[in-house]
Amino acid sequence: MKAKLLAATSLVALAGALNSTASAQTKTIAIDGSSTVFPVSEAAAEEFQKLKKGEVRVTVGISGTGGGFKKFCRGETDISNGSRPILRQEMDECAKNGIKFIEMPIAFDALTVAVSPKNKFLECISIADLKKIWEPAAQGKVMNFSDVNPAWPNKKMALFGAGADSGTFDYFTEAVNGKAKATRADFTASEDDNVLVTGIERDENGLGYIPFAYYEPHKNKLKALGIDEGKGKGCVKPSLEAVTAGTYNPLARPLFIYVSTKAAEKLEVKEYVDFLMTKGPALIMEVKYLPLPPAAYATAHKHFQDGRLGTVFGGVPEVGVSVEDLMKRDAKT
Amino acid sequence: MASALTVGERRIQRLRERAIEFVLLVSAASSVFVTIAIVAVLIYESIGFFSSVPISEFLFGTTWTPLFANPRYGILPLLGGTLLSTFVALLFVAPIGLVTAIYLSEFASPKVREIVKPILELLSGVPTVVYGFFALLFMTPFLQTFVPNLPGFNILSAGIVIGIMIIPYVASLSEDAMRAVPNNLRDGSLAMGATRLETAIKVVLPAATSGVAAAFILGMSRAVGETMIVAIAAGQQPNLTIDPREPAATITAYIVQVALGDLPHGSLAYQTIFATGLALLLLTLCFNIAGFWLRHKFREVY
Repeated sequence: MKAKLLAATSLVALAGALNSTASAQTKTIAIDGSSTVFPVSEAAAEEFQKLKKGEVRVTVGISGTGGGFKKFCRGETDISNGSRPILRQEMDECAKNGIKFIEMPIAFDALTVAVSPKNKFLECISIADLKKIWEPAAQGKVMNFSDVNPAWPNKKMALFGAGADSGTFDYFTEAVNGKAKATRADFTASEDDNVLVTGIERDENGLGYIPFAYYEPHKNKLKALGIDEGKGKGCVKPSLEAVTAGTYNPLARPLFIYVSTKAAEKLEVKEYVDFLMTKGPALIMEVKYLPLPPAAYATAHKHFQDGRLGTVFGGVPEVGVSVEDLMKRDAKT
Repeated sequence: MASALTVGERRIQRLRERAIEFVLLVSAASSVFVTIAIVAVLIYESIGFFSSVPISEFLFGTTWTPLFANPRYGILPLLGGTLLSTFVALLFVAPIGLVTAIYLSEFASPKVREIVKPILELLSGVPTVVYGFFALLFMTPFLQTFVPNLPGFNILSAGIVIGIMIIPYVASLSEDAMRAVPNNLRDGSLAMGATRLETAIKVVLPAATSGVAAAFILGMSRAVGETMIVAIAAGQQPNLTIDPREPAATITAYIVQVALGDLPHGSLAYQTIFATGLALLLLTLCFNIAGFWLRHKFREVY
């Protein structure tokens, strides 16, 4: 009886030990954060895993830029995707938990304001009108299109936008309302941009803001509005050319990944970042974002290899940064 | 004749009986314990919530925006969404479920019943997330062809699909209740010259009211707790309205939306999950009590 028990226990222990060594063979890279950057991460993760023939698993989540940073600063993820730079309070949170990071810009996005193709009266919208629609004071008061501009129909607007954990939300509110996170609260909010695309597409009174990579594949189901900055330059429709030329303002924005120094010590993370910096631009074009100039990737790669810590944005929200601007700045921790 | 067992063997047998009884008691009690544990967790986390938010604001406030700056915690929009979707589902399932039950119990031949009943059960086996996408991608465009200005996310489409989902529950249980009505009632009615339809509607159905009411209450409890269909197809914008053509969020859809994001433990927004969960639990409890009372009131003993 005792001998049987001993034999059984040792078998279980052996199985457990074998199991743990087996699972130690597959390495994981945990990525989370912005749903805007998600298409890039997903494409890169797919290609990378193919390259590595299943030795490395890459998981990509879409908790939103803010949600991703919360996890990142608790040490739960290796890489955090951001559609806006890291903020002061997030940097403090990371510092509190001993997480140091390397910031790397990877692409530019043209934040798109979209309506249903059945919408015949809108081709262009000014930032001033957008502010009238989205500012906190509009809640409960600016409900119909005619409340914004008497020339527009007296129909109730169906508003769609990013949720409070989203970097797109932070950037749009900063650019349009002048203050990050300041917004009316009565709209359909979701961190999942696919929900927003479905909503806008199916509602003829729909209006919402989504990343360019979620608009471009659905060009026949959505209509992008031209943006009039109000500086007399007229309407500019979102496109990669407009972003490169620097005319799509203020809704052209850089996208980032943040790699923690602890993760950067892992060989698979280093290989993933190398892969992203070299094969990334082609993938970024595929998912319809604007890649940075090759020199920018070389610089970012070098910063990673040197372990240049910190952010070039000082932890405050910024609007209207151009590609060249971005590359010239010095990092501050 | 001498006893077949010794005193010692009899004692062991008694102990074994007691042990088995104890194990069975624990199994039965475990379900009670789990329920108590769930309620305890909900109440414990909600206490933290209600120490920051007055109950009056929670129960009577008409705006629910806990995740934005300037958070407001009035649960009425979520409650309204839940009740509206349940009401639409009930309106849809009542005629269809009852007619199906009447047909299966009074008119269908045993062969037909053998085929139709299992197929009906299949409807209840479809995962609710599949129903959700069915509502979003099929039901809504279908409704948009004859309902003017129907937005892409709306309660009407979600409510109808919830109704489709609970047809098996309502039809099956109602049919069982009707079949339990003794045949002499039917025979008496038919002998008096009533048609089969008249017998079914005016004699059998009233006699089976207790069971039919129970079936409906079960279906309603299912509809109140339904999560994925409303999360996918009804939109996630809390909206206090009685018009099912508008998008609205239910309590369950809100909990899912918040759970998919990322909230630090112990924050007020995190505690809203438990406060709303508690509200949902109490709502379901009310329905169950109502169902129990209804069944008791209409119970007929044959």
